[in-house]
Amino acid sequence: MSAARRSRVGEALAQVGACGLFLLQLLRATPASLRHARETVRQVWFTGAMSLVIIMTCGLFVGMVLGLQLYYVLSIFGGTAALGTVVSLSLYRELGPVVTALLFAGRAGTSMTAEIGLMRATDQLAAMEMMAVDPLAYVAAPRFLAGIIAMPLLACVFNALGIFGAHLVGVSWLGLDNGTFWSNMTSSVDVWTDVVNGVWKSLAFGAVVSLIAVFQGYTTAPTSEGVAYATTRTVVFSSIAVLALDFVMTAFLM
Amino acid sequence: MPDIQASPRAAADAPLVEVRGLRTVLGGKTIFDGIDLDVPRGRITAIMGPSGTGKTTLLRHVTGQLAPDAGSIRVDGADVPRLGRGELFDLREKIGYLFQNSALLTDFSVFENVAFPLRQHLRLPEPIVRNIVLTKLQAVGLRGAAQLMPSELSGGMARRVALARAIVRDPMLILYDEPFVGLDPIALNQVLKLIRTLNDTLGITSILVAHEFAAVARVADLVHLIAGGKLVASGSPRELVALDSPWTRQFFGGEADGPVPFQYPAGDYALDLGFPQAEAAA
Repeated sequence: MSAARRSRVGEALAQVGACGLFLLQLLRATPASLRHARETVRQVWFTGAMSLVIIMTCGLFVGMVLGLQLYYVLSIFGGTAALGTVVSLSLYRELGPVVTALLFAGRAGTSMTAEIGLMRATDQLAAMEMMAVDPLAYVAAPRFLAGIIAMPLLACVFNALGIFGAHLVGVSWLGLDNGTFWSNMTSSVDVWTDVVNGVWKSLAFGAVVSLIAVFQGYTTAPTSEGVAYATTRTVVFSSIAVLALDFVMTAFLM
Repeated sequence: MPDIQASPRAAADAPLVEVRGLRTVLGGKTIFDGIDLDVPRGRITAIMGPSGTGKTTLLRHVTGQLAPDAGSIRVDGADVPRLGRGELFDLREKIGYLFQNSALLTDFSVFENVAFPLRQHLRLPEPIVRNIVLTKLQAVGLRGAAQLMPSELSGGMARRVALARAIVRDPMLILYDEPFVGLDPIALNQVLKLIRTLNDTLGITSILVAHEFAAVARVADLVHLIAGGKLVASGSPRELVALDSPWTRQFFGGEADGPVPFQYPAGDYALDLGFPQAEAAA
C-alpha cells in the first residue's frame, strides 16, 4: 500500500473515530436539548414536513415502476396475482427505508450540514458558546432527534404512496383484479417481520444520516469551500452508510 | 472632540483579569511569548497592536475559547484554562462578548437576538423580557428596528444589535472585539458614550480590542500595546502617545518602517517580478 493511500485510509478511520466521539457528546447533550423541545419540533417540521413533497413524488413513481416491471415479469409465469404481495414486501422491507433514507440525506441532510456549517462560519455557534448556551444541545441534538423522528414517518408515507402507485399501474391501468391485489397483499405481509423491521431500519437510517449531517456541519472548515465539501460529504457518506447498514440489518433481521 | 473621562467610581481595587506568562503558538507561529498584563476592575482597558498580533486570540483566552500553551489567565479569581465546561459556562454568564462580525443569529429577529440570553438562562415574564430588550435597544438607538431580521441590517446596525445583546444581562466584564468598525460618526460617538456609561453606572469592566487610536483615546483608561508576541507598552492613552519608544512611535504614527514590518516576509521583489538584471545579480 502506498504512503498516500495509507494516509487516506488513516484519515478516513480518524473521521469515523471523531464521528463516534461526536455521537457520545451528542447523546450527552440530548437530555439538555429536551429543554429546547420547541426547537426539536421546528426541526421535525423542517426536515420531515418539508421533505414530504419529494418523498411522496418519488414514492409514487417508484411504486409505479415496480408495478410495471413486476407485472411484466410475473405475467411470464402467470403469477400477476402476486403483484400486491411482491410490491409491498419490496417496499416495506427494503425500498421504503433505503430510498427514503437516500432522499432524506439529499434533501434534509444537506440542509442540516449547510445550515450548521454556515452557523460555524459566521461565528453563530461561537456566539452561543459565549452566551453560555451549548450549541450541541441547542443546535445539533434537536436536528439529530428530528431526523430520527422524521425518517420512519417519511418511510411510511413513501411506502403508502409506492403501493398506491403500484395499484394505479397494476389495477387501474393493466387490469389486475382489485380484490386479488389487496387480499394477496394482506395475507402475505406480516406486521412484525415486514412492517416493523422496516420501521427499525428507517429509525437506524434516520440516526445515521442525521448524525453524519450534523457532524459534517459542526466540524466543517469555516469557509464557503469548507461548507461545500461538508455538504457533499454528507450525501456521499450517508449513502454509503445507509446501504452498508441495510445489508447488516437485513442479515440480522431476516 | 472631548474625552469621555472615567468617573471617580471607576477606580478599581484588584485586577479583574490577570494574565501571567502567557505563551501561545498557533500553526507554528508564536503569537504570545510570555505576556503579563492586568485588566483593572471597573475600568476600560484597550488592547492595541498591529494586525495579526493576537488581540482577538487574547480575548479567546480570557473567555476560555482557546487554551494557551503555557501561562495562567485568571478572571475574577477563576483560572480559566483549568475550568470545566460547566464552570466555564457559569463564568461566561457573567461576560458579554461583542464579536468582530457581530455573529447575530440569522434565524431570529433583532428583538429575539437580544432576548436570546435572557430566554436561555432566566425564566422571566414576557413583559419584563420585552422591557429589558427594548431598553437595551433604545440604548444603541435601534428600538425601532426590533422586528427587523439581521439580513435587513447594515454592518454598523448589526454591530449595535450585537452590543445590545452583549449587555442585555448587565455582565461584570464586556469584551469588545473591534467595536468601532463600520460605525458612522454619530453611531461611533453614541457607542463610545454607551461604553463609558455602562462602565461608570454599572461598575462593569471592559476590554476593548481596536485599531482606531482616536476613538480608543477618548474612552480607554488604560492601553496595552502588544507587538511581536510581547507587551511592549502600557499606560493611559496620553502616556502612550508621550512615550518615546520605537513601538509607540511607529504604531501611533502609522509609519511603515519600524520594529513592526509592514511587509509580510517574502523573497527578493525584483526577482519575483522576473527582472533579468535581478536574476543575473542573484
